[in-house]
Amino acid sequence: MTLLKEPDFGTPERPGPATVSVEVDGMPVTVPEGTSVMRAAALAGIDIPKLCATDSLEPFGSCRLCVVEIDGRRGTPASCTTPVAAGMSVRTQTPKVEKLRQGVMELYISDHPLDCLTCPANGDCELQDMAGVVGLRQVRYGYEGENHLDAEKDTSNPYFDFDASKCIACSRCVRACGEVQGTFALTIEGRGFDSKVSAGAGETFMESECVSCGACVQACPTSTLQEKSVVELGMPTRSVITTCAYCGVGCSFKAELRGDELVRMVPHKDGGANEGHSCVKGRFAFGYASHPDRMLKPMVREKITDPWREVEWDEAIGTVARRMRELQQQYGSGAIGAITSSRCTNEEVYVVQKMVRAAFGNNNVDTCARVCHSPTGYGLKQTFGESAGTQDFRSVAEADVIMVIGANPTDGHPVFASRMKRRLREGAKLIVVDPRRIDLVRSPHVQAEHHLQLRPSTNVAVVNAMAHVVVTEGLVDRAFVDERCEDFDGWEEFIARPENSPEATEELTGVPAEELRAAARLYAQAPNGAIYYGLGVTEHSQGSTMVMGMANLAMACGNIGRDGVGVNPLRGQNNVQGSCDMGSFPHELPGYRHVSDDAVRTVFENLWGGTILAEPGLRIPNMFDAAIDGTFRGLFVHGEDIAQSDPNLKHVTAALEAMELVVVQDLFLNETAKFAHVFLPGASFLEKDGTFTNAERRINRVRAVMKPKTGKHEWQIVSEIATAMGHPMSYGHPSEIMDEIAQVTPTFTGVSFQLLDKLGSVQWPCNEEAPEGTPIMHVDEFVRGKGRFVVTTFVPTAERSTRRFPLILTTGRILSQYNVGAQTRRTGNVAWHPEDVLELHPHDAEVRGIVDGDMVTLASRVGETRLKAEISDRMPPGVVYTTFHHPVTGANVVTTENSDWATNCPEYKVTAVQVGLARPRRDDGAENDRGRERDELLTVVD
Amino acid sequence: MAGAVPAERRMANDIAANLVHLPGASAAEAVAGHIGRFWDPRMRTRLFDFVDAGADGLDPLVVEAVKLLR
Repeated sequence: MTLLKEPDFGTPERPGPATVSVEVDGMPVTVPEGTSVMRAAALAGIDIPKLCATDSLEPFGSCRLCVVEIDGRRGTPASCTTPVAAGMSVRTQTPKVEKLRQGVMELYISDHPLDCLTCPANGDCELQDMAGVVGLRQVRYGYEGENHLDAEKDTSNPYFDFDASKCIACSRCVRACGEVQGTFALTIEGRGFDSKVSAGAGETFMESECVSCGACVQACPTSTLQEKSVVELGMPTRSVITTCAYCGVGCSFKAELRGDELVRMVPHKDGGANEGHSCVKGRFAFGYASHPDRMLKPMVREKITDPWREVEWDEAIGTVARRMRELQQQYGSGAIGAITSSRCTNEEVYVVQKMVRAAFGNNNVDTCARVCHSPTGYGLKQTFGESAGTQDFRSVAEADVIMVIGANPTDGHPVFASRMKRRLREGAKLIVVDPRRIDLVRSPHVQAEHHLQLRPSTNVAVVNAMAHVVVTEGLVDRAFVDERCEDFDGWEEFIARPENSPEATEELTGVPAEELRAAARLYAQAPNGAIYYGLGVTEHSQGSTMVMGMANLAMACGNIGRDGVGVNPLRGQNNVQGSCDMGSFPHELPGYRHVSDDAVRTVFENLWGGTILAEPGLRIPNMFDAAIDGTFRGLFVHGEDIAQSDPNLKHVTAALEAMELVVVQDLFLNETAKFAHVFLPGASFLEKDGTFTNAERRINRVRAVMKPKTGKHEWQIVSEIATAMGHPMSYGHPSEIMDEIAQVTPTFTGVSFQLLDKLGSVQWPCNEEAPEGTPIMHVDEFVRGKGRFVVTTFVPTAERSTRRFPLILTTGRILSQYNVGAQTRRTGNVAWHPEDVLELHPHDAEVRGIVDGDMVTLASRVGETRLKAEISDRMPPGVVYTTFHHPVTGANVVTTENSDWATNCPEYKVTAVQVGLARPRRDDGAENDRGRERDELLTVVD
Repeated sequence: MAGAVPAERRMANDIAANLVHLPGASAAEAVAGHIGRFWDPRMRTRLFDFVDAGADGLDPLVVEAVKLLR
């Protein structure tokens, strides 16, 4: 594929039913009302010269290069800011405008370095292009006048440089930072000739509030803002469209290469999830894929105390197959199992669960989604009938009230957060339900109407109280409920009970009753109310109850089944949705169908051969218990680091040590690999072909940018293990795996690589009824028929603060790091977040004699760790907070065995702890070495 | 200490606590249904063993559910 240059229509689309017909240089064109002359011309195939205009930004009318003449109008208006009018006749090339454009270009070039041949943007510079387009032949002003050529270069950002000497002050970067990203970190400082782009208040980019999303770099028409990788490697020459492997937003990117070397990732304008935007991780943090820590050869060892021995693939695969079978012969067929990864493709996940069910002959397969969004699957299936979010991301543009519960989108799902912030700037109201004052509560041009700062573990009491207000104040959408729902009366009686009122729950939740009432009214009375939530909902002992509580609230207010509403999980990892869809849970076959369903099992048995067990298998925590018990002896761990990510690590490591065969497939020798007997090197997303499914059910293509560095595809390795175990599995290409998925999964029957290549992406269900997918679910009826109200009694967690452990620890993430940091800590992103810190309230700090920056101990009833304190009033007194991206944090050393009652999702968000000033240790000066040694004794996965 | 409560007992009690609000016999049926639908057979066997050993620390609703499961 050659380098993909997407067309730029100059100004944004103005969709709408009314159209206007005009002529541009004699070419007739009909466009939606409100379209600019520039865009209309571009749609007619006529490119008007431009510099300050690009179709991702609102027109600005600054460069004056796009001037045109319009019959019957005076002067030479800018085509970017002039909307079309019926019957308009536009002339884009006249002697008058040509002269004007040349004059403009002369001025620009008179203050621009004439180093095109050595400039990194040579060949990809709009200024250079426009000089050619307008026929610039001379610069009458010369180059000796006052200029900006000596302006200082800012190289502080690890990924891009800011060379002010090349700036033409078009404001595209400033506008991209505001309009696209919503951070407003950039501004134009000074007036007239002194005008210059400035990050923050005259700071460097790194010192400023810049979040390094790269929107400014992408918008820059010159080399003023330029990727360091382009400076170092040169302009890319070809592109491959693929999907980001970080969070559940699932952004599409053009991977741009020079030969076989990846130069940069550029967000794809046609990407359904991101529409041309990105965050710092997706755009820049891909260096881990070529990091020297990558393992590329299979390795085996008899005991975990032995050194690793590199072997060929045949030996590694044969060893896994032989030892797994031996364990089954010795301990029974249920003695082995596997864990699939939400970081891997649908096709890889599908073959792993197939290997377990068909070759292992049991249902002992689970996925890392167990420890993040399993309550979403359970709760939404119970109420709506489908284990997935209801909307597409675009839907937020129609929301009037947005309620964010237990999620921090600006850090965890930044590209979706940008969409959300755009809607908030347009006037939508925001309710934040979170123990911590996240950035969305108050940031540039965004202020939450209500921040319900609840105590950790009281989500259900809060959502019940909101529903109580809706029911008792007559705010129920009766028509919706009567027509679309069932079991309302029983729920209504329950929720209207006095014990669910805001006043009754105020002491428990910490949320003032009046504030809660106001928030409930705001949500219920909005034309469109939308709920977005994250792990602050699911990772509780009542996670499933809370998901059902939100579903109840949405149904009661009629907020399901159209644009701008819905209940929307923000999935943590790139393929959480997909790994669940693919049958990773021990009780469900692909498509969320229970293993006890004879008809469903028959479909798979006929295709795969053999018998599928009708009984559920072990979940991840059950596997650990059974390992310690002695009935579970062998585990295949695919792309997951359970010795970092799962709670109560002492228990996890004891289980791993108890097993006779642990097989780890991963990019790096991770913590779990320390307990492994076979290590199978994995491929990075840049080496994979397949699909990821994002949080909006969008199936995106992942395309290989390069061959697997390990010599084998992961689906191929898994298939060969199954074959060696006596169950032949053979595919020539991942598209054949997707064809099989479509054959056996009703919501995927229309999905194929061919369709995805044609449409770009589709949102399941994609089948005969919805051949091009389903952006919004439950439109005319719920998947289960009637939406079901479920009584959501608040059952407090067993985890209580005590005299010994008086504080509650809750956790979250930061923008620049991802999950346990295995990828992002191996990139330039470490520049932003060199270590995790413990945020604690000034009061809690003062009574313990802790000052900002002190090293403190963090202890729970199961373990203790140390980290640096940061005094912050983002949390209420009594609550402490940390991120979990760095090894030294060790948050899972302190998290407990408590879990969601329905799904066993760990209660990561509520741990009773004590914090104390740490005594200085001899090795405190070598904190980094300690971190490296413990490498990644971390925490919550999602 | 963590793990002092056997996992199956803790999990079964959690399920019971969240379904006890259901009326009459449907609560025990729901607990039995949930355990039957989501638990590996060896876990159910261990739960039965707890009941047989005197049901120490088990929610009475779980005991009722176990009768249905058997």
